[in-house]
Amino acid sequence: MATHSLIPAGEYKTSYAADTTIFPTVTSRNAAILALILVACAPLVFDRYILSLMIQIGYLSIAALGLNILVGFTGQISIGHAAFFGFGAFSSAWLNNVHGIPVFFAIPLAGLMTTAAGLIFGLPAARLKGLYLAIATLAAQYILQDFFARASWFSGGVAGTVAYPFSIFGYAFDTDARYFYVVLSYMVLCFVLATNLMRSRDGRALVAVRDHYLSAEMMGINLTKYRTLSFGISAFFAGIGGALYAHYLQFVSVEGFTILFSIQFLGMIIIGGLGSIMGTILGTIFMVLLPEAMEWLTSSLAGGAIDRALSLKNNISYLREMAIGAVIVLFLMFEPDGLAHRWKQIKAYWKLYPFAH
Amino acid sequence: MAGLLEIRNVSLRFGGVRALSNVSLAVGKGELFSVIGPNGAGKTSLVNCISGRYRPTEGHVVYKGQDITRRPPADRARIGIGRTFQNLALFQHMSVLDNIMVGRHHLLANNFITGSLYWLTGARAEELTHRRRVEEIIDFLDLQPVRKAQAGTLSYGLRKRVELARAMAIEPELILLDEPMAGMNLEEKEDMARYIVDLNEEFGMTVIMIEHDMGVVMDISSRVAVLDFGKKIAEGVPGEVMANAHVRAAYLGEVDPVLADPDDVPLAEAGA
Ligand SMILES: Nc1ncnc2c1ncn2[C@@H]1O[C@H](COP(=O)(O)OP(=O)(O)O)[C@@H](O)[C@H]1O
Ligand SMILES: [Mg+2]
Repeated sequence: MATHSLIPAGEYKTSYAADTTIFPTVTSRNAAILALILVACAPLVFDRYILSLMIQIGYLSIAALGLNILVGFTGQISIGHAAFFGFGAFSSAWLNNVHGIPVFFAIPLAGLMTTAAGLIFGLPAARLKGLYLAIATLAAQYILQDFFARASWFSGGVAGTVAYPFSIFGYAFDTDARYFYVVLSYMVLCFVLATNLMRSRDGRALVAVRDHYLSAEMMGINLTKYRTLSFGISAFFAGIGGALYAHYLQFVSVEGFTILFSIQFLGMIIIGGLGSIMGTILGTIFMVLLPEAMEWLTSSLAGGAIDRALSLKNNISYLREMAIGAVIVLFLMFEPDGLAHRWKQIKAYWKLYPFAH
Repeated sequence: MAGLLEIRNVSLRFGGVRALSNVSLAVGKGELFSVIGPNGAGKTSLVNCISGRYRPTEGHVVYKGQDITRRPPADRARIGIGRTFQNLALFQHMSVLDNIMVGRHHLLANNFITGSLYWLTGARAEELTHRRRVEEIIDFLDLQPVRKAQAGTLSYGLRKRVELARAMAIEPELILLDEPMAGMNLEEKEDMARYIVDLNEEFGMTVIMIEHDMGVVMDISSRVAVLDFGKKIAEGVPGEVMANAHVRAAYLGEVDPVLADPDDVPLAEAGA
């Protein structure tokens, strides 16, 4: 990471307040607002297919944000994140179906329930590190998965459960074009909350625990508290993401929340950039669009000359899976700091244009 | 001199290694107290016992009349003890500013919820208030040009200075400095010595410093204790300590006239 910032000369900070804003310059803040307005216009322009991809990116990036706080910012590991995502999905449906709590309230409450689950499964983090902690979170993955399958009072068991659409005063957000705004609002809210967390006391404490736990302790940071808390915060965002997913699909089945899905979450934050809030979004976009791009590529290959020459035929879907794997490996080799790093370099390039290099 | 810190008969063993043997010390408020001794003498172990990193096998650490031997390290900041480490221990990926802000952790009131709500809960106001205080420390230590730099990218000397800044941000009454000048060039050492004297005189912090540079130690310390093989072999004002024959033997490699054993190899290697 560059030590010098590329803020244009002439942009002098005249107060500490101006120096602690989310966006470093007025231009960058306006650009972000403009981007948000453009995204908000998406339902007017795009078809259902693209909207559904955007909604997926929305709820997945919220959950991935939680994992990035745990792994990227606090330096712990979890290979059970999808189980918390699932727990949020079932909790929200359960609160609404069984207790009649409106979906509007069920989603944040599901976030809190998942936080509680995260705190409990995060307790081993007080004592375990590295691979041992990884195995403990693997236990969380399987215990929760097993719980979903058995606790039919909660999850509907193997049959799964319905989840009713989100609605406010009887207005149901039951189409992609409508639900898009629910997810977008949650996404903005969650990313703003996380950004604030990371620039205030407890967020700094999490990073301190990651970078040097012995000196963090000397600064009065209680390691056990923050290592466990990080699991709670991470689970909160996973729960919110899962709840949004439930009321989008309007059905939650026990099969979806496997370890493979947990590893995909890890893929999102590693590709996007560990410890980068912006990178979380980029990594999620990448992981959602990559299979689509590969699908498009392989289906355009199907029946073509290459297909016939290599007689791929039915194997073409395997080709897709392999290509996804290969892209991720190549990515890790050549862009180990993630997309967030590349994004910074592109911004730096345009700031210096045409005098770059 | 009121006793701020008392080490009472502290011993520390690691298996067969006796890192400290029955060490007793008293440091008064406002002192600039140095601990010297060859490598492996137990100096860092002593600081670790005070900062709670190690629990002495025997003995007590008493701070302001309270026995703190068994209190966890994370309590030290709150009761007024700060420290730096012999090997750099910064938060590498954070900016200099954030590193120093972490030092104020125990003085800040906002938590993960109120911090996330930032504008609504006064977290922002709190950040700004403490930022002002941190900027004073940055000015004092001349860190202005690097305040936004990532700590891990700085030169060795600067990193040592940032570590001092972070410990100062705790606003401790007692500050423990483990080899603050190791690996510095002459100019950096002079600067650091000046900061430490100011820390002691202007900011009124009691300082316990481990240092190898005898010139600096003799110049700025109010009192000096000497450790050798885990034992305290001398204590007193710098002049006294320098004149002490045991010290000359242990530290400067001369033959100790009292303990001398004709067959023994001089302790020169240990003092290297
Ligand atoms: N954590 C530890 N485990 C085992 N031995 C240790 C540990 N810390 C210190 N020691 C031993 O204690 C002795 C004193 O070490 P230390 O306090 O670091 O000396 P100094 O700081 O004076 O160079 C050394 O022999 C060292 O090997
Ligand atoms: Mg040492």
